[in-house]
Formats: sequence, C-alpha cells, structure tokens
Amino acid sequence: MTALLEVEDLRVAYGKIEAVKGISFKVDAGEVVTLIGTNGAGKTTTLRTLSGLLKPVGGQIKFNGKSLKKIPAHNIVSLGLAHSPEGRHIFPRMTIEDNLRLGAFLRNDKPGIEKDIQRAYDLFPILGERRKQAAGTLSGGEQQMLAMGRALMSQPKLLMLDEPSMGLSPIMMQKIMATIAELKSQGTTILLVEQNAQAALSLADHGHVMEIGKIVLSGTGQDLLHDESVRKAYLGED
Amino acid sequence: MNELPQQLVNGLLLGSMYGLVAIGYTMVYGIVQLINFAHGEIFMTGAFGALTIYVYVLPDGTSMWIALPLMLIGAALVATTIAVGAERFAYRPLRNAPRLAPLITAIGLSLALQQAVWAWYPEAKSARTFPEIPGGPFEIGNVTIQTGDIFLLIAAPISMAFLAYFVMKTRTGRGMQATAQDPDTAKLMGINTDRIIVVAFALGAIFAAVGGVAYGLKYGQIDFRMGFILGLKAFTAAVLGGIGNIYGAMIGGVVLGIAETLATAYIADIPGMDKFGSQSWADVWAFVLLILVLLFRPQGLLGERVADRA
Repeated sequence: MTALLEVEDLRVAYGKIEAVKGISFKVDAGEVVTLIGTNGAGKTTTLRTLSGLLKPVGGQIKFNGKSLKKIPAHNIVSLGLAHSPEGRHIFPRMTIEDNLRLGAFLRNDKPGIEKDIQRAYDLFPILGERRKQAAGTLSGGEQQMLAMGRALMSQPKLLMLDEPSMGLSPIMMQKIMATIAELKSQGTTILLVEQNAQAALSLADHGHVMEIGKIVLSGTGQDLLHDESVRKAYLGED
Repeated sequence: MNELPQQLVNGLLLGSMYGLVAIGYTMVYGIVQLINFAHGEIFMTGAFGALTIYVYVLPDGTSMWIALPLMLIGAALVATTIAVGAERFAYRPLRNAPRLAPLITAIGLSLALQQAVWAWYPEAKSARTFPEIPGGPFEIGNVTIQTGDIFLLIAAPISMAFLAYFVMKTRTGRGMQATAQDPDTAKLMGINTDRIIVVAFALGAIFAAVGGVAYGLKYGQIDFRMGFILGLKAFTAAVLGGIGNIYGAMIGGVVLGIAETLATAYIADIPGMDKFGSQSWADVWAFVLLILVLLFRPQGLLGERVADRA
C-alpha cells in the first residue's frame, strides 16, 4: 500500500539559505503525523512547500501517487490537501460564514457546502453563534477554530495544521487539541506541526523531530513521548 | 445663492467621472499594492478607442443612439487590452521586485502611452472633436443638465451597482476580496490569484473607458494629455475615499468634484480672495483637500486602518 503523502529528500531554500535540508517522511491515510521542533527548525517551511506556496529546490513530494512539484498552489487544494496556516490567517474583514464559504471556493455542490458549514458549526458552536460577525473581531482561539473549520470546508484527504495551539490560553489549547482528537476519531488524516510537543505526541500515530532543517528523530507518538532526549529538549525535563 | 443646487449638480457630475476612474486605481492598489500611474492613460486611450469607432469604423452620420453603445465597446476593448497587456508584460515580471520598480514602470508607461497617441493617432497632435449627443440641455427646476452630462448621470450609478454586485455576489468577486486581504491564504483556498489580478486590471480599465467616453461627451473634445490631470484627480479621489475601498473611490470622487466646483464658484466671494476663484485654481483646491484629508484622516473617508493588514 502506498502512503497518502510521501516526502522524499525535500530541500527548500530562501535565496542561498537552505531552510529544509533533505527531509523524508510519509503520512498514511487515517493517521495523525506530527512534526515537532523549535522555532526555525523548518516545520512551517515544509508545510508551505507541500501546499505549493514555496517551491522546493530538490526532492520529491507525492500526494495520492501524484507529484506536487510542478502544481501551482491554487490547484493543490483541489487534489485534497488543505492547509490551515501558521498564525491562522483568517480573512479579517469577512464574516465567519464567508470565511467558511471561501474554504469551499472550488466546490459546486451547494447542498454539500451548506451541510459542511453546519458541520463546522457543530464542531465549533461559537462560530455558529457569531456567523455574521467579522472574523477579525474573534479571539485568537476562535480564529483558530475558524481557520480549521475553513480548511475542512474543502473536504480534504489530508488536513495540515500549522501550530494550532500557538498563542492560546491553556483552556483554549485543550479545546483545540480535543477537536483534533475528535477529527482523528472521525478518520481525518492530519499532518500536525506543533511546538507543544507533549500535546502533539500524545495524539499522533507517528512523530518526527526537526532541528535546523533536518529530521533528527522519528518514531511512534508514544515512543517519542517517552524518549529521553525528546523529554529533555522539548518537554522541559532535566 | 439660488445657484447652489446647480453647483452641487455640476460637482456631482464631475465627481462621478473622477469616481469612475478612481475605481481602477483603488482596485489595483487593493490587490497588488501598486499605484498604477498609467491608469490616467488607460482612461485616455479608452476615449480614443471610442472616437476611432465613431470616426473610422461607423459610416458617416450614424445616429448617436446606435453609435454610443458601439463606442463604449470600442473604448472598453482598447482600454482593457492595454491595461491587461501592461499587467502581463510590465508589472507581473516585477511582482517581487522592490516597490519602486513597478511604480517607475507605471510612470514610464504613462508617458509612453501619451507619446504613442500623440505620434501615431491621426491628427492627435492637438485636441480632436468628440461626437455629441443631439438635443438641448434639460431643465429640472432651476437646475440645467447639459446633454453631454446625461450619459454620466446614467452610466455612473449603473457602473457602481454593477461593481458592487460583482464584488459582493460573484465567485470571482469573493476571490478578489480574499486576494486583497491575504493573497497567500487566498491561494490556499484554491483561488488563482494571478487571474484575479488580471480581472482587477480589466475591470478598472472598463470603468476608466466609460469615464473616457463621459469626458468626451462632456467637454466635446479629447487629447493625448487628458489623462494626466484627470488621472491625478482620480488618484486623489481614491486616496480621499480610502485607497483599496471601491465605495470609497466613488464617494471620494463625488466629494472631490463637489469641493472643487464649490471652491471655484464661491471662493472669489470671500473678501480678499477674489483672485483665487477662477477655473485655473480648481486643481489647487482639489489638492488642498487631499492634503487636509491626509493630515487629519490619513486612511481616507472610508479607509481601513492599515494596522489590520498585518
């Protein structure tokens, strides 16, 4: 069986500076895979390359058996790869509902879109209560919910979440993580980038630790959670 | 002062013309943060496109009621072709260059278009006569509306309604809003932002072309320099209304048109100011208004605070 996403020896550079220096990993359908690591490890760069916003200088990306290297960003989402970007990037001057509709920009099945909007409101009731409100007025956690809901509107085969817990209160962070667990139990395939290693690894089937552009350690979520070097470096234990 | 209603109507008409051209500045700026200084020349070439249809394509003596729609199509075709060509071959290669590069390109393009019309359009070294709509001026109460202005009175609100519908209700319009707010994230939604940029240039050109025809009908003649001052005024209108905001462009245009008309009409009545009321001071008052707005409300009348772009 081939993996849903296969990344091989991926290299990405900003000018002469290589931010991702040849990483390889895969994501199977139905699993949650996480990339953890500190700031500047290349996690966000990796996701932005997968969704086509950045062009790799080398390596292969195969999604559903198809190479993504030559496909422009705006065509990648239609293949089933959705990206909830770091910093949320909701459209601030549009309403919550319009943000969700933009997530379904390429879909034509009106009843299906309405159903999925309802599903987003079931997943995040607060969004439903404020559907006519400008998205820029939401709190950080609510914006994160909207960004995730918007990414789901494209009915992705693979959902990429970049730092969903960034800048959130502990309570809001727990809520977001619980939602990711719920999506996982519904069978959504997720590639999760997180600085909160504890939360990410407890959810993930597989994890990869990135340091300055390379994957330095890989394993199942549980293995990494109990790995001594990971505990020291990322979970704050001496 | 029973001529005040007349002056207000004059200002409104002049301002609607500014507004039609301002839409192109504001739409392009909203999406690619480029001040397209060649937009005044897009307006000018639109007017020449309309003239070409009337003088060189249609048989002599064609009724204006048949000619006008065809002239509008000709104007829109010429203006759109030039604007889209400029985007594709002049601005797109500079998309990631420092901001100054496309700005200077725009100024260069503006001069090149003026000189091209001057050099190659038949008898365009001085002003050329624009066809007139037949029929006398219309009186409503004690307000007179010149025949040439009737077109503006009808075309400006229709254009604005069309634009509002397009931006708010169509898929491409929503893609445009998204691209203006956050281009990278718009791509993640599956929006082809390159195509959206072309649509913004094309739409701006169509409204400028309508403005160009309105100018010809209003003043009865067009020339290769007509886009320069009018372009500056329209740009002022766009900034006045809040650059990036399409409703702001129209409102900015109307406010500018009315302010300019009233200043020209009444400033000379103020004791000691009699020198400053002539038509040649109208441009000065328009730009004084711009400076005042920039001092006290830099984001423009309807503008968003720049901070929420971050």
